[in-house]
Amino acid sequence: MSRMARREARHGLLFILPWIIGFLAFTAIPLVATFAFTFLNISLSESEPLRFVGLENYRRLLGDGQAWASLLVTARFALLWLPVVVVLPFLLAVAINSRNVRGGGLLRVLLFMPYVVPFVAGALIWQNMLVEDGWINSALRRIGVAHPPSWLNDPTWVIPGLVLIGLWGLGSGIIINLAGLRAVPTHLYDAARLDGAGWWRRLRHVTIPMMSPVLFYTMILAVVDVMQYFLVPLVLFDGSGDPGGATRFFNLYLYQTFFTFQEMSYGSTLAWLLFVITLIVTLVLFRLSRHWVHYTSER
Amino acid sequence: MAPHIARRTRVALMTIVMFGIVVAFLAPLAQMTLTSLKSERQISQAHAPLLPSDPRTYTYRGQRYDVYLVPVDGAVRELALVKKGRTESGFVDPAAPEKGVITWRGSWRGLQPSWTLAPRWSNYSDVWNLIDFPRLLFNTVAIALIGTLGTVLSCTLVAYGFARFRFPGRGPLFTLLIATIFLPATVTLIPMYTVFAKIGWVGTWLPLLVPTFFANAYNVFLLRQYFMTIPREMDEAASIDGAGPLRTLRSVIVPQAWPAIAAVTLFHFVYTWNDYFTPLVYLSGQPDLQPLQVGLAAFNGLYTHNPAYIQAGTMMTIAVPVLLFVCFQRTFVRGIMSTGVDK
Repeated sequence: MSRMARREARHGLLFILPWIIGFLAFTAIPLVATFAFTFLNISLSESEPLRFVGLENYRRLLGDGQAWASLLVTARFALLWLPVVVVLPFLLAVAINSRNVRGGGLLRVLLFMPYVVPFVAGALIWQNMLVEDGWINSALRRIGVAHPPSWLNDPTWVIPGLVLIGLWGLGSGIIINLAGLRAVPTHLYDAARLDGAGWWRRLRHVTIPMMSPVLFYTMILAVVDVMQYFLVPLVLFDGSGDPGGATRFFNLYLYQTFFTFQEMSYGSTLAWLLFVITLIVTLVLFRLSRHWVHYTSER
Repeated sequence: MAPHIARRTRVALMTIVMFGIVVAFLAPLAQMTLTSLKSERQISQAHAPLLPSDPRTYTYRGQRYDVYLVPVDGAVRELALVKKGRTESGFVDPAAPEKGVITWRGSWRGLQPSWTLAPRWSNYSDVWNLIDFPRLLFNTVAIALIGTLGTVLSCTLVAYGFARFRFPGRGPLFTLLIATIFLPATVTLIPMYTVFAKIGWVGTWLPLLVPTFFANAYNVFLLRQYFMTIPREMDEAASIDGAGPLRTLRSVIVPQAWPAIAAVTLFHFVYTWNDYFTPLVYLSGQPDLQPLQVGLAAFNGLYTHNPAYIQAGTMMTIAVPVLLFVCFQRTFVRGIMSTGVDK
């Protein structure tokens, strides 16, 4: 390496040093520490001497019905939420981008706007919408639903209710999809039109394959997010898991374990389980992506 | 039908459907605004009007009486109820009180009250005092400003390092940086909380502020992408003039990259403003140090019986981010478009 190159390398490393320190202090070391904690007995509420406990935390996890029940709550929400968060922004972006829709710029801004609303505020605004005589149920009654659901008090309906609340977070997904759509070369559509393809076949054979990397990206981020979901019900139900335990999400249980009960080691064991599940789901999705995600050669 | 007419109809139809969706999507904002101006009484009453209103009253011979909508001879009249009875009641017509008490047969309990438009602006001043809004606002602004300063400074330096210098391991390190976007925050939280608790930072702003000075993946990525588009010849010209890397950054890169820097500033400011979990975990039990979102969530727990207060408080906490968005929506949208990364 020449002197010039060495100097350049030194400067480069010096500039990225803040991130390297931050990465070690706030990501790498804590990540390893979370794993290490699972073999210890760290608790901030009790002053037991620090001790290696082997697999005791994992044994406790296996027999912990509450942990598995809460994992099921998270899974149930994820099954409903993931299709919404991946498909809806895509469809809305396609509609905004359509030649048959005027005012796309305004639509884009208005649909993105709730994204800047703090989610605590958003949850409270939607709580007001979803109460017994809120606007949603008034509208449902007007179109002939005699007994609209009691969204936030019914264990069955609270999950769809939370999905509705989540809609306000879709703004960035719409924008990302729009950016992806702009990048689809128009000559592909022209060629498809020449072949006599209608809108459905153009969507199926041009738009979706060309957008598959964007759809895949939003899906992966959504999986990581949904596994950690619990803040909206935490705000609405104060961590009680109401109605009837239907919102006792996995991360709520984790949060209460480490924060309310200050059990750091068992909390870490739960966090590690969450991490492993997220990792497995992500890896499976990556594996499957070979069959449907097409990267154009420029990438 | 001629094809161009068919197309016009289709355009009109689809545009109307899309704007219909947007109206439904934003309706909660309208309900929030209306609820925030209502009285507790109106909210609890069935069949109350949509707009913030008070029941109409009429003063007759020095006494205040409620006004009801009374069906008389096939027409509905607004009459003040002066004498309540089980099977018949006495009413006075506010338009013609000199005619005296009119007797009406029927149960007054089945009548609808008459309402008059009355937005209750005092809800806002009540909430302002109840949640000690000035203190929450000060905390929020202080945390957001310091955190934004830290983020912009550190991310600019790191992005410049990745964009302009060759060094061993640059590619893998950059991949590692991007990978952190996909790492669940939960998995690093507990050791960090434990360490912050041991060194006495829990209950202070430090856990919220210090990490911002060590850069984050989203913003480094956004800035680096932008820096890469700035022609290298400009750096080289500066370095021929004897500028060191820091001077080049300050005098060439930063002035060129201000749209990206503005985007990072706005994103991080709004992100911090809206953050709930970090301050909740690190500032619980310290109401004097908490920001708006934590204060608002606690307020919701205390005043569930008065939705008007909750909605007024909510309006007060969303005003700043929504105004910022209205003023700078282009910067927001372009920022997300250029990274394809959402925060």
